[in-house]
Amino acid sequence: MRIAVCIKQVPDTEGRLRADATGRWIDEEDLRFVINESDEYALEEALTVAEKSDGEVVVISLGPARVQEALRKGLALGAAKAVHLEDPAFQNGDAGATARALAAAIEKEGVDLVLTGSQSDDAGWGSTASLVAGHLGWPHAWLVMGLEIEDGGSAKVTREMESGMNEVFRLRLPAVIEVQAGINHPRYASLKGIMKAKRKPIDKPDPAALGLAAEDLGESGSRIEILEVAFPESGEGAQILEGDAATAAKSLVEKLQKEARVL
Amino acid sequence: MSSSTSSASVWTVIQHREGKVHRMSLEAIAASQQLAAETGGSAAAIILAADASEIATQVAAYDLEAVYIAENPAFGDYDPGAYVTALAPAIAAAQPALVVFPHTYQSVDYFPRLGHAAGAAVVTEAISYENSDGQLIWRRPIMTGKMQAKVRVRGEGPVLVSVQSGAFAADGARRGSAPVQPLEIDLSQVHPDREHLGVEAAGGGEEVDLTKADIIIAAGRGVGGQDKMGPLQELAEVLGGEIGASRPVIDSGWLERERQIGSSGQTVAPKLYLAVGISGAIQHLVGMKGSGCVVAINKDPSAPIFGIADYGIVGDLHEVVPALTEAAKEAKG
Repeated sequence: MRIAVCIKQVPDTEGRLRADATGRWIDEEDLRFVINESDEYALEEALTVAEKSDGEVVVISLGPARVQEALRKGLALGAAKAVHLEDPAFQNGDAGATARALAAAIEKEGVDLVLTGSQSDDAGWGSTASLVAGHLGWPHAWLVMGLEIEDGGSAKVTREMESGMNEVFRLRLPAVIEVQAGINHPRYASLKGIMKAKRKPIDKPDPAALGLAAEDLGESGSRIEILEVAFPESGEGAQILEGDAATAAKSLVEKLQKEARVL
Repeated sequence: MSSSTSSASVWTVIQHREGKVHRMSLEAIAASQQLAAETGGSAAAIILAADASEIATQVAAYDLEAVYIAENPAFGDYDPGAYVTALAPAIAAAQPALVVFPHTYQSVDYFPRLGHAAGAAVVTEAISYENSDGQLIWRRPIMTGKMQAKVRVRGEGPVLVSVQSGAFAADGARRGSAPVQPLEIDLSQVHPDREHLGVEAAGGGEEVDLTKADIIIAAGRGVGGQDKMGPLQELAEVLGGEIGASRPVIDSGWLERERQIGSSGQTVAPKLYLAVGISGAIQHLVGMKGSGCVVAINKDPSAPIFGIADYGIVGDLHEVVPALTEAAKEAKG
Protein backbone atom coordinates (compact mmCIF):
# COMPACT_ATOMS: atom_id res chain seq x y z
CA MET A 1 0.00 0.00 0.00
CA ARG A 2 1.29 3.43 -0.97
CA ILE A 3 0.37 6.19 1.46
CA ALA A 4 0.69 9.95 1.17
CA VAL A 5 1.02 11.96 4.39
CA CYS A 6 0.43 15.70 4.22
CA ILE A 7 2.28 17.56 6.94
CA LYS A 8 2.42 21.27 7.70
CA GLN A 9 5.19 23.14 9.43
CA VAL A 10 3.74 25.63 11.92
CA PRO A 11 5.18 28.13 14.38
CA ASP A 12 5.47 26.83 17.93
CA THR A 13 2.46 28.60 19.46
CA GLU A 14 4.17 28.54 22.86
CA GLY A 15 6.56 31.14 21.44
CA ARG A 16 6.12 34.91 21.57
CA LEU A 17 3.39 35.73 19.08
CA ARG A 18 2.83 39.13 17.50
CA ALA A 19 1.46 40.56 14.27
CA ASP A 20 3.95 41.38 11.51
CA ALA A 21 4.40 44.81 9.86
CA THR A 22 1.49 44.23 7.44
CA GLY A 23 -0.80 43.28 10.34
CA ARG A 24 -2.19 40.51 8.14
CA TRP A 25 -0.18 37.60 9.56
CA ILE A 26 2.08 36.86 12.48
CA ASP A 27 5.73 37.85 12.59
CA GLU A 28 7.58 34.59 11.94
CA GLU A 29 11.03 36.07 12.56
CA ASP A 30 11.93 34.74 16.01
CA LEU A 31 9.59 31.76 16.10
CA ARG A 32 10.62 28.13 16.15
CA PHE A 33 8.91 25.99 13.52
CA VAL A 34 7.68 22.47 14.26
CA ILE A 35 5.60 19.82 12.52
CA ASN A 36 1.92 20.51 13.24
CA GLU A 37 0.89 18.34 16.17
CA SER A 38 -1.90 16.28 14.59
CA ASP A 39 0.23 15.83 11.44
CA GLU A 40 2.91 14.12 13.56
CA TYR A 41 0.29 11.60 14.59
CA ALA A 42 -0.75 11.18 10.94
CA LEU A 43 2.86 10.46 10.00
CA GLU A 44 3.13 7.80 12.73
CA GLU A 45 -0.16 6.23 11.60
CA ALA A 46 1.06 6.11 7.99
CA LEU A 47 4.37 4.49 8.97
CA THR A 48 2.49 1.88 11.04
CA VAL A 49 0.08 1.07 8.19
CA ALA A 50 2.97 0.88 5.71
CA GLU A 51 4.91 -1.51 7.95
CA LYS A 52 1.92 -3.83 8.27
CA SER A 53 1.16 -3.83 4.54
CA ASP A 54 4.73 -3.87 3.23
CA GLY A 55 3.94 -0.45 1.80
CA GLU A 56 5.59 2.87 1.27
CA VAL A 57 5.07 6.38 2.65
CA VAL A 58 5.42 9.61 0.66
CA VAL A 59 5.53 12.71 2.83
CA ILE A 60 4.20 15.92 1.24
CA SER A 61 4.43 19.49 2.48
CA LEU A 62 3.62 22.90 1.06
CA GLY A 63 5.72 25.78 2.34
CA PRO A 64 8.93 27.78 1.96
CA ALA A 65 12.52 26.47 2.17
CA ARG A 66 12.35 25.93 5.96
CA VAL A 67 9.80 23.14 5.40
CA GLN A 68 12.62 20.88 4.21
CA GLU A 69 13.52 20.29 7.87
CA ALA A 70 10.05 18.81 8.49
CA LEU A 71 10.28 16.65 5.38
CA ARG A 72 13.76 15.39 6.41
CA LYS A 73 12.27 14.39 9.74
CA GLY A 74 9.55 12.43 7.92
CA LEU A 75 12.22 10.69 5.85
CA ALA A 76 14.30 9.98 8.96
CA LEU A 77 11.27 8.36 10.60
CA GLY A 78 10.85 6.01 7.63
CA ALA A 79 9.12 7.71 4.70
CA ALA A 80 10.59 6.61 1.36
CA LYS A 81 10.23 9.89 -0.48
CA ALA A 82 9.29 13.53 0.07
CA VAL A 83 7.47 16.06 -2.10
CA HIS A 84 8.09 19.73 -1.34
CA LEU A 85 5.71 22.26 -2.91
CA GLU A 86 8.21 25.07 -2.58
CA ASP A 87 7.51 27.12 -5.71
CA PRO A 88 6.52 30.71 -4.75
CA ALA A 89 3.23 30.27 -6.67
CA PHE A 90 2.08 27.68 -4.10
CA GLN A 91 2.65 29.90 -1.04
CA ASN A 92 0.27 31.91 1.16
CA GLY A 93 -2.92 30.35 -0.13
CA ASP A 94 -6.13 29.71 1.79
CA ALA A 95 -7.35 26.16 2.49
CA GLY A 96 -8.92 25.97 -0.99
CA ALA A 97 -5.81 26.97 -2.94
CA THR A 98 -3.58 24.79 -0.76
CA ALA A 99 -5.92 21.81 -1.21
CA ARG A 100 -5.80 22.26 -5.00
CA ALA A 101 -1.99 21.99 -4.97
CA LEU A 102 -1.88 19.08 -2.50
CA ALA A 103 -4.52 17.11 -4.43
CA ALA A 104 -2.54 17.47 -7.67
CA ALA A 105 0.68 16.33 -5.95
CA ILE A 106 -1.16 13.36 -4.42
CA GLU A 107 -2.66 12.40 -7.75
CA LYS A 108 0.79 12.41 -9.35
CA GLU A 109 2.11 10.07 -6.66
CA GLY A 110 -0.67 7.52 -7.22
CA VAL A 111 -1.52 6.50 -3.65
CA ASP A 112 -4.15 4.26 -2.00
CA LEU A 113 -4.57 6.35 1.12
CA VAL A 114 -3.98 9.93 2.28
CA LEU A 115 -3.31 10.62 5.96
CA THR A 116 -3.04 14.03 7.57
CA GLY A 117 -3.88 15.88 10.78
CA SER A 118 -7.33 17.28 11.49
CA GLN A 119 -6.40 20.91 11.99
CA SER A 120 -3.33 23.12 11.83
CA ASP A 121 -2.15 24.92 14.94
CA ASP A 122 -1.61 28.18 13.03
CA ALA A 123 -4.39 29.07 10.54
CA GLY A 124 -6.61 26.32 11.93
CA TRP A 125 -9.06 26.13 9.00
CA GLY A 126 -9.67 22.43 9.74
CA SER A 127 -10.90 22.09 6.17
CA THR A 128 -7.88 21.60 3.90
CA ALA A 129 -7.93 17.79 3.82
CA SER A 130 -11.71 17.58 3.25
CA LEU A 131 -11.20 19.91 0.29
CA VAL A 132 -8.40 17.61 -0.94
CA ALA A 133 -10.93 14.75 -0.75
CA GLY A 134 -13.34 16.90 -2.76
CA HIS A 135 -10.74 17.43 -5.50
CA LEU A 136 -9.84 13.73 -5.59
CA GLY A 137 -13.48 12.61 -5.42
CA TRP A 138 -12.62 10.30 -2.51
CA PRO A 139 -14.47 9.65 0.75
CA HIS A 140 -12.92 11.18 3.85
CA ALA A 141 -13.25 11.35 7.60
CA TRP A 142 -12.29 14.12 10.04
CA LEU A 143 -11.18 13.59 13.68
CA VAL A 144 -10.16 9.95 13.31
CA MET A 145 -9.08 8.13 16.50
CA GLY A 146 -8.70 4.62 15.11
CA LEU A 147 -7.76 3.15 11.72
CA GLU A 148 -7.65 -0.49 10.68
CA ILE A 149 -6.90 -1.40 7.08
CA GLU A 150 -8.96 -4.41 5.98
CA ASP A 151 -8.46 -6.91 3.18
CA GLY A 152 -10.37 -6.08 0.04
CA GLY A 153 -9.73 -2.35 -0.17
CA SER A 154 -11.56 -0.96 2.83
CA ALA A 155 -10.74 0.56 6.22
CA LYS A 156 -12.47 0.40 9.59
CA VAL A 157 -12.48 3.90 11.01
CA THR A 158 -13.21 5.15 14.53
CA ARG A 159 -14.17 8.83 14.60
CA GLU A 160 -14.74 11.17 17.52
CA MET A 161 -18.19 12.54 18.16
CA GLU A 162 -18.95 15.11 20.81
CA SER A 163 -19.43 14.17 24.49
CA GLY A 164 -16.89 11.38 24.72
CA MET A 165 -18.45 9.03 22.17
CA ASN A 166 -16.91 7.53 19.02
CA GLU A 167 -18.62 6.34 15.85
CA VAL A 168 -17.27 3.34 13.97
CA PHE A 169 -17.73 2.80 10.24
CA ARG A 170 -16.20 1.22 7.16
CA LEU A 171 -14.86 3.30 4.27
CA ARG A 172 -13.81 2.16 0.83
CA LEU A 173 -10.28 3.07 -0.25
CA PRO A 174 -8.76 5.24 -1.59
CA ALA A 175 -9.78 7.74 1.05
CA VAL A 176 -8.54 10.79 2.93
CA ILE A 177 -8.18 10.23 6.69
CA GLU A 178 -7.67 13.18 9.04
CA VAL A 179 -6.41 11.95 12.39
CA GLN A 180 -6.72 13.52 15.81
CA ALA A 181 -3.80 14.03 18.13
CA GLY A 182 -3.69 11.08 20.54
CA ILE A 183 -4.48 8.30 18.04
CA ASN A 184 -1.04 6.69 18.60
CA HIS A 185 2.38 7.33 20.12
CA PRO A 186 4.69 8.98 17.58
CA ARG A 187 8.15 7.42 17.40
CA TYR A 188 11.51 9.16 17.56
CA ALA A 189 14.00 9.17 14.70
CA SER A 190 17.01 6.92 15.08
CA LEU A 191 20.52 8.05 14.18
CA LYS A 192 20.52 5.43 11.42
CA GLY A 193 17.22 6.85 10.13
CA ILE A 194 18.62 10.37 10.12
CA MET A 195 21.68 9.25 8.15
CA LYS A 196 19.58 7.31 5.64
CA ALA A 197 17.26 10.28 5.17
CA LYS A 198 20.08 12.32 3.70
CA ARG A 199 20.14 10.08 0.65
CA LYS A 200 16.37 9.95 0.13
CA PRO A 201 14.85 12.03 -2.67
CA ILE A 202 12.89 15.27 -2.20
CA ASP A 203 10.85 16.12 -5.31
CA LYS A 204 10.06 19.77 -5.95
CA PRO A 205 7.45 19.92 -8.71
CA ASP A 206 6.42 23.35 -9.98
CA PRO A 207 2.75 24.13 -10.81
CA ALA A 208 3.20 23.17 -14.48
CA ALA A 209 4.57 19.75 -13.50
CA LEU A 210 1.30 19.18 -11.61
CA GLY A 211 -0.82 20.50 -14.48
CA LEU A 212 -1.80 23.60 -12.51
CA ALA A 213 -1.90 27.29 -13.45
CA ALA A 214 -0.10 29.65 -11.07
CA GLU A 215 -3.10 32.02 -10.84
CA ASP A 216 -5.24 29.22 -9.33
CA LEU A 217 -2.72 28.80 -6.50
CA GLY A 218 -1.41 30.71 -3.52
CA GLU A 219 -2.86 34.12 -2.75
CA SER A 220 -4.25 34.70 -6.25
CA GLY A 221 -6.11 31.37 -6.14
CA SER A 222 -7.65 32.07 -2.73
CA ARG A 223 -11.26 32.99 -2.00
CA ILE A 224 -10.50 33.90 1.61
CA GLU A 225 -8.47 36.98 2.37
CA ILE A 226 -7.01 37.65 5.80
CA LEU A 227 -7.41 41.36 6.56
CA GLU A 228 -5.97 41.54 10.04
CA VAL A 229 -4.64 39.41 12.90
CA ALA A 230 -4.79 40.53 16.52
CA PHE A 231 -4.99 39.34 20.09
CA PRO A 232 -8.54 38.75 21.34
CA GLU A 233 -10.06 41.49 23.41
CA SER A 234 -9.75 40.06 26.86
CA GLY A 235 -13.13 41.32 28.10
CA GLU A 236 -13.27 42.01 31.82
CA GLY A 237 -10.66 39.39 32.43
CA ALA A 238 -9.37 37.90 35.60
CA GLN A 239 -8.55 39.73 38.80
CA ILE A 240 -4.80 39.05 38.91
CA LEU A 241 -3.38 38.28 42.33
CA GLU A 242 0.08 39.74 42.69
CA GLY A 243 3.11 38.83 44.74
CA ASP A 244 5.28 35.74 45.04
CA ALA A 245 3.73 32.27 44.91
CA ALA A 246 3.00 32.11 48.65
CA THR A 247 1.46 35.60 48.80
CA ALA A 248 -0.66 35.13 45.67
CA ALA A 249 -1.81 31.69 46.86
CA LYS A 250 -2.82 33.10 50.22
CA SER A 251 -4.82 35.98 48.77
CA LEU A 252 -6.48 33.59 46.30
CA VAL A 253 -7.69 31.27 49.07
CA GLU A 254 -9.00 34.31 50.93
CA LYS A 255 -10.87 35.56 47.85
CA LEU A 256 -12.32 32.11 47.18
CA GLN A 257 -13.58 31.94 50.76
CA LYS A 258 -14.86 35.47 51.30
CA GLU A 259 -15.59 36.94 47.85
CA ALA A 260 -16.56 34.00 45.65
CA ARG A 261 -17.61 31.82 48.61
CA VAL A 262 -16.73 28.58 46.92
CA LEU A 263 -14.41 27.18 49.59
CA MET B 1 -39.05 22.63 -8.44
CA SER B 2 -41.10 25.71 -7.48
CA SER B 3 -42.09 24.43 -4.06
CA SER B 4 -38.63 23.09 -3.36
CA THR B 5 -36.27 25.93 -4.20
CA SER B 6 -35.89 28.35 -1.37
CA SER B 7 -35.60 32.04 -2.15
CA ALA B 8 -34.21 32.63 1.33
CA SER B 9 -30.81 34.33 1.36
CA VAL B 10 -29.52 32.49 4.43
CA TRP B 11 -29.90 28.77 5.00
CA THR B 12 -28.95 26.70 7.98
CA VAL B 13 -28.57 22.92 7.86
CA ILE B 14 -29.91 21.45 11.10
CA GLN B 15 -27.80 18.97 13.06
CA HIS B 16 -29.90 16.46 14.96
CA ARG B 17 -29.69 13.12 16.68
CA GLU B 18 -32.39 10.73 17.91
CA GLY B 19 -35.17 13.18 17.07
CA LYS B 20 -33.59 16.14 18.86
CA VAL B 21 -32.13 19.31 17.41
CA HIS B 22 -28.49 19.82 18.46
CA ARG B 23 -28.11 22.70 20.94
CA MET B 24 -25.63 24.45 18.64
CA SER B 25 -28.09 24.30 15.73
CA LEU B 26 -30.32 26.64 17.77
CA GLU B 27 -27.36 29.02 17.92
CA ALA B 28 -26.97 28.61 14.14
CA ILE B 29 -30.69 29.49 13.72
CA ALA B 30 -30.09 32.67 15.77
CA ALA B 31 -27.05 33.48 13.60
CA SER B 32 -29.05 32.86 10.40
CA GLN B 33 -31.83 35.20 11.52
CA GLN B 34 -29.34 37.98 12.37
CA LEU B 35 -27.41 37.52 9.13
CA ALA B 36 -30.63 37.50 7.09
CA ALA B 37 -31.67 40.80 8.66
CA GLU B 38 -28.16 42.15 8.02
CA THR B 39 -28.26 41.25 4.33
CA GLY B 40 -31.90 42.22 3.77
CA GLY B 41 -33.14 38.70 3.14
CA SER B 42 -34.84 35.88 4.97
CA ALA B 43 -33.65 32.71 6.69
CA ALA B 44 -34.64 29.10 6.10
CA ALA B 45 -33.70 25.80 7.73
CA ILE B 46 -32.94 22.49 6.02
CA ILE B 47 -33.39 19.08 7.59
CA LEU B 48 -32.07 15.83 6.15
CA ALA B 49 -33.39 12.82 8.08
CA ALA B 50 -34.84 9.33 7.70
CA ASP B 51 -37.94 10.67 9.48
CA ALA B 52 -37.93 14.46 9.85
CA SER B 53 -41.31 14.98 11.54
CA GLU B 54 -40.18 15.42 15.18
CA ILE B 55 -37.23 17.61 14.23
CA ALA B 56 -39.29 19.72 11.82
CA THR B 57 -41.82 20.45 14.59
CA GLN B 58 -39.02 21.80 16.82
CA VAL B 59 -37.45 23.93 14.07
CA ALA B 60 -40.80 25.24 12.72
CA ALA B 61 -41.32 26.98 16.08
CA TYR B 62 -38.74 29.60 15.02
CA ASP B 63 -39.17 32.68 12.86
CA LEU B 64 -38.04 31.28 9.51
CA GLU B 65 -39.28 31.69 5.95
CA ALA B 66 -39.62 27.93 5.74
CA VAL B 67 -38.31 24.62 7.02
CA TYR B 68 -37.30 22.40 4.12
CA ILE B 69 -37.15 18.67 4.74
CA ALA B 70 -35.74 15.78 2.73
CA GLU B 71 -36.54 12.33 4.08
CA ASN B 72 -34.70 9.21 3.04
CA PRO B 73 -33.17 6.15 4.75
CA ALA B 74 -29.77 7.38 3.41
CA PHE B 75 -30.01 10.23 5.95
CA GLY B 76 -30.69 7.88 8.89
CA ASP B 77 -27.12 7.68 10.17
CA TYR B 78 -25.17 10.87 9.52
CA ASP B 79 -23.02 10.35 6.42
CA PRO B 80 -20.87 13.05 4.78
CA GLY B 81 -21.18 11.50 1.32
CA ALA B 82 -24.98 11.51 1.55
CA TYR B 83 -25.07 15.08 2.90
CA VAL B 84 -22.69 16.42 0.24
CA THR B 85 -24.38 14.75 -2.71
CA ALA B 86 -27.85 15.76 -1.49
CA LEU B 87 -27.10 19.39 -0.66
CA ALA B 88 -24.56 20.46 -3.30
CA PRO B 89 -27.05 20.54 -6.23
CA ALA B 90 -29.61 22.40 -4.07
CA ILE B 91 -27.07 25.09 -3.09
CA ALA B 92 -25.69 25.36 -6.63
CA ALA B 93 -29.23 25.81 -8.02
CA ALA B 94 -30.68 28.25 -5.45
CA GLN B 95 -27.45 30.24 -4.76
CA PRO B 96 -28.23 31.38 -1.21
CA ALA B 97 -25.85 34.14 -0.05
CA LEU B 98 -24.95 32.20 3.08
CA VAL B 99 -25.33 28.70 4.49
CA VAL B 100 -24.72 28.60 8.25
CA PHE B 101 -23.55 25.48 10.12
CA PRO B 102 -22.90 24.90 13.81
CA HIS B 103 -19.14 24.43 14.28
CA THR B 104 -19.48 20.85 15.48
CA TYR B 105 -17.57 17.62 14.94
CA GLN B 106 -20.36 16.54 12.59
CA SER B 107 -20.83 19.68 10.50
CA VAL B 108 -17.14 20.38 9.96
CA ASP B 109 -16.74 16.74 8.88
CA TYR B 110 -18.80 17.40 5.74
CA PHE B 111 -19.40 21.06 5.01
CA PRO B 112 -15.98 22.01 3.54
CA ARG B 113 -16.37 19.14 1.06
CA LEU B 114 -19.92 20.37 0.40
CA GLY B 115 -18.48 23.81 -0.32
CA HIS B 116 -16.11 22.30 -2.86
CA ALA B 117 -18.91 20.34 -4.54
CA ALA B 118 -21.24 23.36 -4.67
CA GLY B 119 -18.53 25.79 -5.84
CA ALA B 120 -18.94 27.81 -2.66
CA ALA B 121 -16.41 29.53 -0.40
CA VAL B 122 -15.80 28.00 3.04
CA VAL B 123 -15.20 29.89 6.30
CA THR B 124 -14.74 27.75 9.41
CA GLU B 125 -15.15 28.66 13.07
CA ALA B 126 -16.55 32.19 12.91
CA ILE B 127 -16.91 33.80 16.32
CA SER B 128 -18.43 37.08 15.13
CA TYR B 129 -18.99 39.19 12.04
CA GLU B 130 -19.15 42.83 11.07
CA ASN B 131 -20.91 44.38 8.12
CA SER B 132 -18.52 46.68 6.29
CA ASP B 133 -20.48 48.51 3.57
CA GLY B 134 -22.49 45.42 2.73
CA GLN B 135 -19.49 43.11 2.88
CA LEU B 136 -19.33 40.62 5.72
CA ILE B 137 -16.07 40.35 7.63
CA TRP B 138 -15.69 37.27 9.83
CA ARG B 139 -13.57 36.94 12.94
CA ARG B 140 -12.14 33.51 13.73
CA PRO B 141 -9.48 32.09 16.05
CA ILE B 142 -5.94 31.31 14.83
CA MET B 143 -2.84 30.06 16.68
CA THR B 144 -4.95 27.61 18.74
CA GLY B 145 -7.10 30.49 19.97
CA LYS B 146 -4.26 32.72 21.15
CA MET B 147 -4.95 35.19 18.35
CA GLN B 148 -7.80 36.01 15.99
CA ALA B 149 -7.99 36.84 12.30
CA LYS B 150 -10.51 38.97 10.42
CA VAL B 151 -11.24 37.46 7.02
CA ARG B 152 -13.44 38.23 4.05
CA VAL B 153 -14.54 36.23 1.05
CA ARG B 154 -13.56 37.36 -2.44
CA GLY B 155 -15.73 36.72 -5.47
CA GLU B 156 -19.39 35.93 -6.02
CA GLY B 157 -21.55 33.02 -4.96
CA PRO B 158 -22.64 31.24 -1.79
CA VAL B 159 -20.49 31.30 1.35
CA LEU B 160 -20.63 28.34 3.75
CA VAL B 161 -19.75 29.33 7.29
CA SER B 162 -19.61 27.48 10.61
CA VAL B 163 -20.26 29.42 13.82
CA GLN B 164 -18.39 28.52 16.99
CA SER B 165 -20.21 27.49 20.15
CA GLY B 166 -21.34 30.50 22.20
CA ALA B 167 -20.76 33.02 19.37
CA PHE B 168 -24.54 33.44 19.03
CA ALA B 169 -26.88 32.86 21.97
CA ALA B 170 -29.49 30.13 21.44
CA ASP B 171 -32.09 32.15 23.37
CA GLY B 172 -31.48 34.93 20.84
CA ALA B 173 -33.27 32.80 18.22
CA ARG B 174 -36.62 34.47 17.45
CA ARG B 175 -39.67 32.29 17.90
CA GLY B 176 -42.33 32.15 15.22
CA SER B 177 -44.16 29.71 13.04
CA ALA B 178 -42.56 28.45 9.87
CA PRO B 179 -44.20 26.38 7.13
CA VAL B 180 -42.68 22.92 6.56
CA GLN B 181 -42.06 22.13 2.90
CA PRO B 182 -40.35 19.32 1.03
CA LEU B 183 -36.87 19.97 -0.34
CA GLU B 184 -36.73 18.24 -3.66
CA ILE B 185 -33.57 16.20 -3.97
CA ASP B 186 -32.60 13.85 -6.77
CA LEU B 187 -32.13 10.73 -4.66
CA SER B 188 -30.48 8.82 -7.50
CA GLN B 189 -27.55 11.23 -7.04
CA VAL B 190 -27.23 10.64 -3.28
CA HIS B 191 -24.18 8.49 -2.44
CA PRO B 192 -23.30 7.60 1.16
CA ASP B 193 -19.57 7.04 1.95
CA ARG B 194 -19.77 4.95 5.05
CA GLU B 195 -21.03 1.58 6.18
CA HIS B 196 -22.05 2.33 9.76
CA LEU B 197 -20.92 -0.21 12.35
CA GLY B 198 -21.92 1.46 15.63
CA VAL B 199 -21.22 3.95 18.39
CA GLU B 200 -18.97 3.34 21.42
CA ALA B 201 -17.62 5.19 24.47
CA ALA B 202 -14.28 6.83 23.69
CA GLY B 203 -12.48 5.88 26.91
CA GLY B 204 -13.50 2.31 27.49
CA GLY B 205 -12.03 2.42 31.00
CA GLU B 206 -13.60 3.25 34.37
CA GLU B 207 -16.47 5.77 34.35
CA VAL B 208 -15.50 9.12 35.74
CA ASP B 209 -18.38 11.56 36.07
CA LEU B 210 -16.84 15.01 36.47
CA THR B 211 -20.22 16.68 35.93
CA LYS B 212 -21.11 15.99 39.58
CA ALA B 213 -17.93 17.49 41.05
CA ASP B 214 -18.19 20.78 42.97
CA ILE B 215 -14.49 21.52 42.57
CA ILE B 216 -12.32 20.57 39.61
CA ILE B 217 -8.55 20.99 39.32
CA ALA B 218 -7.85 20.85 35.59
CA ALA B 219 -4.36 20.19 34.29
CA GLY B 220 -3.06 21.56 31.00
CA ARG B 221 -0.01 21.04 28.84
CA GLY B 222 1.89 23.54 31.02
CA VAL B 223 2.05 20.98 33.83
CA GLY B 224 4.84 19.43 31.83
CA GLY B 225 4.66 15.69 32.49
CA GLN B 226 2.95 12.75 34.17
CA ASP B 227 5.56 12.84 36.95
CA LYS B 228 4.51 16.43 37.74
CA MET B 229 0.84 15.62 38.41
CA GLY B 230 1.44 14.79 42.10
CA PRO B 231 1.10 18.32 43.51
CA LEU B 232 -2.21 18.75 41.64
CA GLN B 233 -3.53 15.51 43.14
CA GLU B 234 -2.52 16.76 46.57
CA LEU B 235 -4.32 20.08 46.03
CA ALA B 236 -7.41 18.20 44.82
CA GLU B 237 -7.36 16.10 48.01
CA VAL B 238 -7.05 19.14 50.28
CA LEU B 239 -9.88 20.96 48.45
CA GLY B 240 -12.02 17.85 48.08
CA GLY B 241 -12.04 18.19 44.30
CA GLU B 242 -11.65 15.99 41.23
CA ILE B 243 -8.79 16.05 38.73
CA GLY B 244 -9.59 16.80 35.09
CA ALA B 245 -7.50 17.82 32.11
CA SER B 246 -7.42 19.47 28.72
CA ARG B 247 -6.88 17.41 25.63
CA PRO B 248 -3.06 17.64 25.26
CA VAL B 249 -2.62 16.12 28.75
CA ILE B 250 -4.83 13.17 27.81
CA ASP B 251 -3.15 12.72 24.41
CA SER B 252 0.25 12.64 26.11
CA GLY B 253 -1.03 9.89 28.40
CA TRP B 254 -0.50 11.79 31.67
CA LEU B 255 -4.10 11.09 32.70
CA GLU B 256 -6.83 8.68 31.60
CA ARG B 257 -9.16 9.82 28.80
CA GLU B 258 -12.23 9.63 31.08
CA ARG B 259 -10.99 12.83 32.72
CA GLN B 260 -10.89 14.94 29.56
CA ILE B 261 -12.82 18.23 29.66
CA GLY B 262 -13.77 20.06 26.46
CA SER B 263 -15.57 19.56 23.19
CA SER B 264 -14.43 15.96 22.79
CA GLY B 265 -14.65 15.20 26.51
CA GLN B 266 -17.00 16.10 29.33
CA THR B 267 -18.86 19.37 29.72
CA VAL B 268 -18.65 20.47 33.33
CA ALA B 269 -20.02 23.29 35.47
CA PRO B 270 -18.51 23.00 38.98
CA LYS B 271 -18.69 25.75 41.59
CA LEU B 272 -14.92 26.16 41.37
CA TYR B 273 -12.76 25.41 38.34
CA LEU B 274 -9.00 25.71 38.75
CA ALA B 275 -7.26 25.74 35.36
CA VAL B 276 -3.59 24.92 35.90
CA GLY B 277 -1.23 25.36 32.94
CA ILE B 278 -4.18 25.57 30.54
CA SER B 279 -3.89 28.24 27.85
CA GLY B 280 -7.61 28.19 27.04
CA ALA B 281 -8.16 26.92 23.49
CA ILE B 282 -11.81 27.24 22.48
CA GLN B 283 -12.17 23.43 22.41
CA HIS B 284 -11.43 23.45 26.12
CA LEU B 285 -13.46 26.55 27.00
CA VAL B 286 -16.69 25.12 25.56
CA GLY B 287 -16.42 22.28 28.09
CA MET B 288 -16.06 24.45 31.22
CA LYS B 289 -17.41 27.93 30.58
CA GLY B 290 -20.52 27.19 32.66
CA SER B 291 -18.37 26.93 35.80
CA GLY B 292 -19.28 29.19 38.73
CA CYS B 293 -15.86 30.55 39.61
CA VAL B 294 -12.83 30.10 37.36
CA VAL B 295 -9.25 30.43 38.56
CA ALA B 296 -6.36 30.41 36.07
CA ILE B 297 -2.74 29.69 36.93
CA ASN B 298 -0.41 30.21 33.98
CA LYS B 299 3.04 31.63 33.32
CA ASP B 300 1.85 33.39 30.14
CA PRO B 301 -0.09 36.58 31.00
CA SER B 302 -1.57 36.69 27.47
CA ALA B 303 -3.09 33.16 27.73
CA PRO B 304 -6.78 33.38 26.67
CA ILE B 305 -7.85 31.57 29.85
CA PHE B 306 -7.26 34.80 31.81
CA GLY B 307 -9.90 36.48 29.63
CA ILE B 308 -12.66 34.26 31.01
CA ALA B 309 -11.28 33.58 34.51
CA ASP B 310 -12.48 35.37 37.65
CA TYR B 311 -9.10 35.16 39.40
CA GLY B 312 -5.66 34.64 37.99
CA ILE B 313 -2.14 34.03 39.16
CA VAL B 314 0.60 34.69 36.62
CA GLY B 315 3.53 32.53 37.62
CA ASP B 316 5.24 29.17 37.70
CA LEU B 317 2.55 26.61 38.48
CA HIS B 318 5.13 24.31 40.07
CA GLU B 319 5.57 26.95 42.78
CA VAL B 320 1.99 28.23 42.90
CA VAL B 321 0.22 24.86 43.26
CA PRO B 322 2.14 23.67 46.37
CA ALA B 323 1.75 27.18 47.85
CA LEU B 324 -1.97 26.95 47.22
CA THR B 325 -2.15 23.55 48.94
CA GLU B 326 -0.37 25.03 51.96
CA ALA B 327 -2.65 28.10 52.02
CA ALA B 328 -5.77 25.93 51.74
CA LYS B 329 -4.57 23.66 54.58
CA GLU B 330 -3.94 26.69 56.76
CA ALA B 331 -7.30 28.25 55.99
CA LYS B 332 -9.09 25.03 56.84
CA GLY B 333 -7.15 24.89 60.11
